[in-house]
Amino acid sequence: MRLYKYIVAVLSVLLVSLPLQAELRIEVTQGVDKPTPVAVVPFSWSGGYGLSEDVAGVIGSDFARSGLFAVMDQDNMLSNPSRQNEVAFRDWRSAGQEFLVIGRMSPAKDNAVRVEYEVYDVIKEELILRDARIGSRNGLRDVAHVIADNIYEYLTGLKGAFYTRILYVTADKLDADTFRYQLRMADSDGARPRTILESKEPIMSPSWSRDARRVAYVSFESSRPAIYIQDLRTGQRQKVQSFKGLNGAPAWSPDGSKMALVLSKDGNPEIYILDLLQRKLTRMTHHYGIDTEPNWSPDGRTLIFTSDRGGQPQIYQMHLKSRNIERLTYEGNYNGRASLTQDGRFLAMVHRGDDGVFRIAVQDLKTSRVEVLTETFLDESPTIAPNGSMILYATQKGTRGVLGGVTLDGNVRFLLPDSQGHVREPAWSPYLQ
Amino acid sequence: MKASNVAKAVALALSVAWVAGCSSTGGTDTGTTGAVDTSGSFADSKGAAVSGGVSAAEMAAQKAADAVAALQTVFYFDFDKSVVKQDGLDALEKHAAYLVATPSASVRLEGHADERGTREYNMALGERRAQSVARYLQVNGVNSDQIETISYGEEKPAVLGHSSESWAQNRRVELKYVSN
Repeated sequence: MRLYKYIVAVLSVLLVSLPLQAELRIEVTQGVDKPTPVAVVPFSWSGGYGLSEDVAGVIGSDFARSGLFAVMDQDNMLSNPSRQNEVAFRDWRSAGQEFLVIGRMSPAKDNAVRVEYEVYDVIKEELILRDARIGSRNGLRDVAHVIADNIYEYLTGLKGAFYTRILYVTADKLDADTFRYQLRMADSDGARPRTILESKEPIMSPSWSRDARRVAYVSFESSRPAIYIQDLRTGQRQKVQSFKGLNGAPAWSPDGSKMALVLSKDGNPEIYILDLLQRKLTRMTHHYGIDTEPNWSPDGRTLIFTSDRGGQPQIYQMHLKSRNIERLTYEGNYNGRASLTQDGRFLAMVHRGDDGVFRIAVQDLKTSRVEVLTETFLDESPTIAPNGSMILYATQKGTRGVLGGVTLDGNVRFLLPDSQGHVREPAWSPYLQ
Repeated sequence: MKASNVAKAVALALSVAWVAGCSSTGGTDTGTTGAVDTSGSFADSKGAAVSGGVSAAEMAAQKAADAVAALQTVFYFDFDKSVVKQDGLDALEKHAAYLVATPSASVRLEGHADERGTREYNMALGERRAQSVARYLQVNGVNSDQIETISYGEEKPAVLGHSSESWAQNRRVELKYVSN
């Protein structure tokens, strides 16, 4: 019998807030010194035509990125069982696996594919989860992410966030005076990128609506910055704000009814809240310094933002009812673009310490402890997965901007697959409906 | 070559453009960054077309524009700072004098930041820099109606690269004459 690992530190809060369930199979350790070994066997397919996606492969790479699992290489598998009676537990045990995922896919009505899968505890030789999903042939990656979320949640007690999307901006300098900017959307693993908007003028600061159906961003297409809202399904766009000066940093409120944003129409960047239904604009900050990058706390009661009112950029929090402002960050000489985890406890931000390098850091608001998560160069724009397990950010690889990922405890880091152009400003979607 | 194109573009903005019914911008960028002014060809062709018979007033305008076109148009800043450096003040005063003498001329001040720091903060910084230049022009008598400011933050670097030299070239305000 294996010893269960202990819940500690960073991720513990997420777990403590959940009822501890008896069926919880893996407990999360900080450090993930020993990620749990899991084998995801290629799923069998009984259809007559070829499938474009390796569903088991997608599930396996989701698990690996989470940092909680060590995923067995498909090439090292002695057999590829797809049914319980084909499973030789002893083989999987001697290969050091703790859990085994097998599955079968079959054609369903209307060009759909039915995916059945099972999860086994290899040590106990016991079936612990059985489920089936139906998806379209072209949507098999979505099905794979949903399955990964289910298994992840079952094993760890943490809601999975693999079936989510990311938005990001790419930029290319075509010649001395010509740029190309694109707003792109991809799956949470960077796959299936598609262009949402293309312009010769800058596109910035994408922000998701809470229902993940719309996106707000800044576009300079009219030769001045303006804030737009775009419906992701219909492509319909609406210009919501275009005052003289800055129109920037849109951030949707948790209930979707308001948007925090930055305007400098009165001469200086200030934070405003726009009521999207009543079209009412309320100025929230009054300071001659720079106030920008507002973001909502998950309960919608406070705004965090960047301000240089203290002489250098630091993170502040405004309680919306009282309008009281308190400074949150004291470590480092530059802290910006902060966002909060869903439980409101951890602040992810761009941080510059004494070494003068910009990195992604997380501050525990309870203990004030700051942990620098990344080791790369010019790291910026952190965005937190809706389950609070991971942060995506923009960084540099050679001369190009790319997207990196890091677990909230800083122990697992990865780069998303290369895509074209200089990639920047990732924005992680809420859970998809 | 480039400077003379610019001069022609400015002169056109003042005197000839309306005749030609042209609405192109006469954007200028004679800074040290080596950026190319794409309006150059426009100025060339039209400039050649009108060089036959110019009035004394136009000659004077041309001369003033020539002088202005030779001036520094890119102004640089220190990191996280928006104070115009001493070495740019002389050129700004001359731009100001030209703008005061030429009420029909106007400028667009484009503020930029280097890639360090967060993007929206850099937007604010670029705006501060553009405003800082605008204020200096106004102090020197320029009407605020002749000045437009915009910030591009770190979104439009003059040069790519992660060295302190690249960053220094990107922390800038570009002064561009616009035709009305």
